Amino acid sequence: MDTFKLTWNITETIQDWLVSIMSENAANITAMVLVAIIYLTLFAVAGLYLVLLERRVAAWFQLRLGPNRVGFQGLLQTMADALKLVSKELTGTVKADKFLYNLAPYFVIVTSLMALAVFPFTKGFQAFDINIGVFFLIAISSIGVIGILLGGWSSNNKFALIGAMRSGVQTISYELSIGLSLLTMVLMTGTLQLSEIVEVQKSGWLIVQGHIPAIIAFMVYMIAGTAETNRAPFDMVEAESELGAGFHTEYSGMKFAYFFLAEFINMFIIACIATTVFFGAWLSPFGITESIPWLGVFWFLLKAFVLVFLMMWFRWTFPRLRIDQLLTLEWKYLLPINLVNIMIMAFLVWQNLIIKF
Amino acid sequence: METAVVNTDFKSQEYFINMGPQHPATHGVLRLLLTIDGEIIKKVDPDLGYIHRSIEKMCERDSYQQIVHLTDRMDYLSANINNEAVCLAVENALELEVTDRIKVIRTIVGELTRISSHCLWWGVMGMDVGALTTYFYGFRDREMINDIFEETCGARLTMNYNVPGGLMFDIHPNFVKRVKEFVAHFKTKIPEYDRLLSNNIIFQKRTKGVGVLTKEDAISFGVSGPVGRASGYSCDVRKYHPYSALDRVTFNEALRIEGDTYARYQVRIQELWESLSIIEQLIDNIPEGDYRVPTNAVIKLPKGEYYQKVETARGELGVYIISTGTKNPYRVKFRSPGFSNLSVLNHIAVGSKIADLVAIMATLDLVIPDIDR
Repeated sequence: MDTFKLTWNITETIQDWLVSIMSENAANITAMVLVAIIYLTLFAVAGLYLVLLERRVAAWFQLRLGPNRVGFQGLLQTMADALKLVSKELTGTVKADKFLYNLAPYFVIVTSLMALAVFPFTKGFQAFDINIGVFFLIAISSIGVIGILLGGWSSNNKFALIGAMRSGVQTISYELSIGLSLLTMVLMTGTLQLSEIVEVQKSGWLIVQGHIPAIIAFMVYMIAGTAETNRAPFDMVEAESELGAGFHTEYSGMKFAYFFLAEFINMFIIACIATTVFFGAWLSPFGITESIPWLGVFWFLLKAFVLVFLMMWFRWTFPRLRIDQLLTLEWKYLLPINLVNIMIMAFLVWQNLIIKF
Repeated sequence: METAVVNTDFKSQEYFINMGPQHPATHGVLRLLLTIDGEIIKKVDPDLGYIHRSIEKMCERDSYQQIVHLTDRMDYLSANINNEAVCLAVENALELEVTDRIKVIRTIVGELTRISSHCLWWGVMGMDVGALTTYFYGFRDREMINDIFEETCGARLTMNYNVPGGLMFDIHPNFVKRVKEFVAHFKTKIPEYDRLLSNNIIFQKRTKGVGVLTKEDAISFGVSGPVGRASGYSCDVRKYHPYSALDRVTFNEALRIEGDTYARYQVRIQELWESLSIIEQLIDNIPEGDYRVPTNAVIKLPKGEYYQKVETARGELGVYIISTGTKNPYRVKFRSPGFSNLSVLNHIAVGSKIADLVAIMATLDLVIPDIDR
């Protein structure tokens, strides 16, 4: 099968082509710019349409129609919203710390953007395949909290400050659960590289291979992931009925939109990590379309969107927890469960009890 | 401008925050001055008066028929029951006996009003603890009642269906059919409310043991309605001083002893069932008769003092009228349930968190115009 080459690496292909028409340094820089543009587009489009999806899902849960006027089935609604947000005046409080206040949205947005770069959307369609992929994701996703803390602190608004402090407590706590649940799966695959984690899953998705501890890890991961992205039932940071809008109370127009967009992208990222680590990323179920790599994008996005829908389902069903209950859940339940789960997984790997097809 | 001066002896860690006048959880223009340590509430000072419209003063200027139209602007969620209170007070003063038909219709519409108010409260309660979807479910069922009201008297919110001496119009021919439809529909929806919110573990964790009001405190603060009954204080005006047709129906007074936020929630859910039961007992045989008893065009109350109390969705509404025998009252005073219910807020919210305060406020079921008359 050597004539029919399955390795189809989009970045390499472009790189080869660029090298053939210009010097290597120029080609490298051009390639980086191109990749950045592609990912920025992906980011914006995904963000906008996740907002639309959320609104339609919410409408469906709440016996409403949702936005369905602008464009076919409301497909252009979020474009119109974005246009409106761009045209809005950027206001702020007088005594805000202007520098930090303006810096905060960029922290949040850059974090999400960086995390997006490592996902294997399909074989070869991965901007940045590093050997410490999982570690990179965990490290990157914890930076977002800086943006929220800065925004809340510098706004010179007590509601924003409370929101920011809640965020600090919440995100840092749940980071542990995310890390440990992913570590459980890393223990099983023996690699931190995302593309290799996908390769391992060719003999069964990890949630099947690791059965009980993998399922526990997945549940813990989804709970912690929802909390990490500050979404209901863990949206204490925003808590519109308590704090007005929490940390972004004083943000308007596009600065607000950055926070908003980042929240949706973060949700997508959490779903992408889960897809990659538990559900075989771009691998099709039962190897149906294994020989057509580009269909992997479809499978990847399908799995990710099912998980995104799950998180939206949480949001439109559950009431919000209280901050002390949130911390109790993390430190008294999720963390011990996770630690025990890692030991079970270690035992399974040691005894070779994992299921492989 | 001079504002309310609050607790000035702050501890070093404490700070001060304005919740309101515009805040999503105060459901109107209520300003709460909070003293907070971290997220823990040290003191709550309600600052009232942002939408004060001097309704009691305006009543002294108006005729008795006109007063009725002011009362539904106070507690607009139990508009009909407020109207009924003034009408009953005037009728009692005139010693005017209304027909059975009027009494039964008033009771049915009153209970529908209570259900509609509790529906809205339920939706808002969910929204306040972060479950936005409940809001729409509550409104779905409330809409049916509003449609019935619209067909009956043309208004959906501020009804003005009661007038001294009876009702503005007779019921619409569809009334009985539509009310029965609603009752059948709503019986399937209360269990849905339970599935969505009451049985939710997060909701229970958020409300159980939060904002506990003891029976003794409930009585000494003058709390009434579901808030009082959740603390075991049996205070249902419909039971103890039945008015209209409430003496001919059997229903249970929703009582709880815990006195916490969850108990206040459960009392209202049980009241939904009781109200449905009252409607069911009356709807099948509305007596024939006049829908309005003739009165003078200009009502003049005999000289004296008159007091009438009714049970609105929020508790005991008292109407106190002093008449000097002229065509308008000398003095009118409303004893509104929201005002006394709000008075316990500082008492039960101290020591809990900001999130708890929102949940507690939701179960006090505050309607701000009812407080700021």
